[in-house]
Amino acid sequence: MAALTVAIGEKSFPALGAAARRHVLGSLRFTVEAGQTVVITGPSGCGKTTLLNIVAGLDPRFEGRIEMPEVTRIGYVFQDPRLLPWRTVEDNLRLVLDGEKEEIARRIADVLAEVGLADAQQVYASRLSLGMARRVAIARAFVVRPTLLLLDEPFVSLDEPTAARLRRLLLDLLATHRVTTLFVTHNLREAIMLGDRLIFLSRSPARIVSDVVVPLDRAARTSEAAIESFRTRLGELPALLEQGLTEPTS
Amino acid sequence: MARSLTGIGLATTEDAAFPAARGRRGLIPVLSVLLLFGLWYLMALLAADPQLMPGPVTVLARMAAEARSGELFFHLGTTLARVAASFTIAMLVGTAAGLLMGRRRLADELGGPWLVFFLNLPALVTIVLAYIWIGLVESAAILAVALNKMPNVTVTIREGARALDSGLSEMATVFEVPFGRRLRHVLLPQLYPYIAAAARSGLALIWKIVLVVELLGRSNGIGFQIAIFFQFFDVAGILAYALAFILVVQGIEWGILQPLERRLTRWRR
Ligand SMILES: Nc1ncnc2c1ncn2[C@@H]1O[C@H](COP(=O)(O)OP(=O)(O)OP(=O)(O)O)[C@@H](O)[C@H]1O
Ligand SMILES: [Mg+2]
Repeated sequence: MAALTVAIGEKSFPALGAAARRHVLGSLRFTVEAGQTVVITGPSGCGKTTLLNIVAGLDPRFEGRIEMPEVTRIGYVFQDPRLLPWRTVEDNLRLVLDGEKEEIARRIADVLAEVGLADAQQVYASRLSLGMARRVAIARAFVVRPTLLLLDEPFVSLDEPTAARLRRLLLDLLATHRVTTLFVTHNLREAIMLGDRLIFLSRSPARIVSDVVVPLDRAARTSEAAIESFRTRLGELPALLEQGLTEPTS
Repeated sequence: MARSLTGIGLATTEDAAFPAARGRRGLIPVLSVLLLFGLWYLMALLAADPQLMPGPVTVLARMAAEARSGELFFHLGTTLARVAASFTIAMLVGTAAGLLMGRRRLADELGGPWLVFFLNLPALVTIVLAYIWIGLVESAAILAVALNKMPNVTVTIREGARALDSGLSEMATVFEVPFGRRLRHVLLPQLYPYIAAAARSGLALIWKIVLVVELLGRSNGIGFQIAIFFQFFDVAGILAYALAFILVVQGIEWGILQPLERRLTRWRR
C-alpha cells in the first residue's frame, strides 16, 4: 500500500460576504510511496497550503478521499511558525512530546542542536527572530519522529547560509529516517535537491500539470552543477511555472 | 539640521525599560492618598459634627478599637469567605459558559437571550427571590451574588474565546496534543487577559453585592454590621468597616492579582 494516497475530487471555499465561492482544487490524484519525498510546486494562491491542510486532516470540507496507514504520526511545518509565544523554545517542543522526562529532554536538546538553536532553549518564543522561529517549527516537526512530514515553504525568509544548512540537514534527516514527505516550495533548486518527485500544479482550480521523477543520487543533490543540469532538462516547465507566478490572474 | 538619537542606556530588567517612570513610581499614588485624607480631614473640620462627619483620625481609632475587640476580623472574615465562594463559582461557571458560547454557534444562540436577561436583572431582585425561594440561608446568599456576577464573566470570556488563534488550535490538533496540556498551554494563556479583566471587575462588583445580601438576610458580615450602625447613625463605624474592607481588597489586588498578572505576561516583548 502507498504511504499516502491523495484522491481529491474538488475543494472549494464557500462564498463569504462579497467574496464569491472559490474553486481552489480541481481533481487531484497521486500516491506517495513510503519514504518518498514529493515536492509540490505551483503559482501562489493555487492551493498548496489548502492541500497540505486537507492531508493533515485539518479541513474535512472537500470532496474525495485521503488515505494513509492507520498509525500515522504527522509532523507539520506550517507556512507561518505557529509557536506558543508565551512558552520557551523548550516548552514549545515539550508540548508535542510524550514519554519519560529525561528522554524528552535529550530529544529536545538533540533536535535544537541540529537546527542550530542549542543556546536558545530557554528563550520565550515571542522573542525569537522569524528565522529562529522557523527553525523551532522545523525542530518541532522532526522531534515527534513523524511518519508523514508536511512542509510548507519552511526555508522562506531565512538567510541563504542558514537555508542551505537546513536543506542539507533535511536531506540527511530524510535519508536516515526515510519519512514520507510532502514538501511545498517555490524554489526550484530546493525542489530538485530534496525531491524524489516534483509535482507541478496549475493555477486554481489546481490540477497536476506535470509529475516528474528526480533520478539524482545523494551526492548529486549537493552538487550545484548536477541540480543546474537537471533544471535545464526540465525545459519549458519552470518557465511555465514562472509565468503562472508572474502573470496577473485573469 | 541633523537628527540624532541618543540611547538611554541598556535595560537590565523589564522594569528598567522606563527609567524615568521608575523613580517616580509609588510616590504619586502616596501623595494622592494623602491628599484624599487631607480633604477628608478638612471637611470634617468644617462640618464640626463628629457624629455625622467624623474625621480620619476618629475613624482610624474606631477601626483599631473594633480590631482589638475581634469584631472587625470576625465580620471581615465572614464577608471575605462569602466573596471568595461566590467569586469562585461565578468565575468557574461564567468562564465555562463563555468558552462554550464563544466557540459553539448553537450555544451562543441558545445562551444569548439568557445572558441578556441575567445582565439586566437587578441585583436586588435576584437577592430577594433567592431568599424567598431558597430561604434565609448561606447558600441562597452565595448563589444570589454569584448569579449577579456570572453574566459579566461570560460576556468577557466569550470575547476571549472568539479571539482564539485558530492557527495554534490547528497546530495542537495536528500534533495530537492531549486535552489537558492543550488547555493549560494553548488555550488558557490566550484567555488570561480576559480572565484577569473579569476577575478584577468581578472582585469590585461582588463585594458590593455581598454587603447588600448581608444587609437583607444575614446576621453577620460587614453588611450586617453596617445595617446596625445605620440604625444608630454611627457614621464612624460605617466608615471604619468600609475602609477596612477597601484595604483588604486593595491588598488582594497588590498582593495576589498584580504579581500573578506580571508572572503570566512576562513573556511579552
Ligand atoms: N479559509 C479560506 N476561505 C476562503 N478562501 C480561502 C481560504 N483559505 C484559502 N483560501 C483561498 O484558496 C486559495 C488557495 O490558498 P492557499 O493558501 O492554499 O494557496 P497557496 O498555494 O498555499 O499559496 P502561497 O504559495 O501564496 O502560499 C487562495 O485563493 C485563497 O484565497
Ligand atoms: Mg501557502
